Amino acid sequence: MNYISYIERTKAFYAAQGFDLPYQWSQYDDVPFSPMSKRLSDACIGIVTTAYRDQTTPMMARQAEAVPTEDAPTNFLNDDLSWDKETTHMADRRSYFPLEYLKLGVKSGLIGSLSSRFYFAPTQYSQRLTIEHDAPAIVRFAQEDTLDGVVLVPI
Amino acid sequence: MAGIATVVVGAAWDIVNRCQVPRFVYNDLPLGNPIGKPWDIAMQSHTMDRALAMLVDAKTPTAEAMPHRFSSDDRWKTTYMAVTDENRAELRERGEENRRQRLLDKAAGLKRK
Repeated sequence: MNYISYIERTKAFYAAQGFDLPYQWSQYDDVPFSPMSKRLSDACIGIVTTAYRDQTTPMMARQAEAVPTEDAPTNFLNDDLSWDKETTHMADRRSYFPLEYLKLGVKSGLIGSLSSRFYFAPTQYSQRLTIEHDAPAIVRFAQEDTLDGVVLVPI
Repeated sequence: MAGIATVVVGAAWDIVNRCQVPRFVYNDLPLGNPIGKPWDIAMQSHTMDRALAMLVDAKTPTAEAMPHRFSSDDRWKTTYMAVTDENRAELRERGEENRRQRLLDKAAGLKRK
């Protein structure tokens, strides 16, 4: 498989901008694994996205949020996030936010239900902010909404 | 309390696999469209079918690549974050601007604690 090495490319890109210390990407030896506790047709499923809906909040001030699913914008405001703007576009939210797919799945009986909220995970430079603040907040939201399964889609 | 089953659908094979996650469905597509090409409902549905199947079926950490392609050749893979002779000076200036902006944000109290 001829995948892009984003780690190597990002290192070179920021070195060219004069940032001397390369970013340290997360690396774990053990993965906490939870099996599905229910059949999909009985399960409540939620979406975690890194797409944002409000560019008036500066990137560095954004925090994890739970947003009513009915308020999901047709077009998220992704211009200040990092994605391949030269090659593609994000005008079709289904390419990164699977709401229509999951709604159809509920309608057909494949999925039990869709969470009444979706969850925003900010793309933070600081792993401490993600680990100590945003990730626990999203776990709390998921527990409040009694989710059985979560689809996480980093853009 | 039992944990909650999760699956990541993403387009950065190296970053997600370095971190490691319980379940990972990978698409070799540009960043921005991890589920499938824009307007390609069949590709998007195929990815999500696989993600939900993995959510239910996986018994141990699992990472899997989908067969989808963005275009018939891989030329699109050369441009993202490319450093070239043409943009080297611009990147240097962008870095300077970034450092200036960070100082302004910090002075304005925009830093998260």
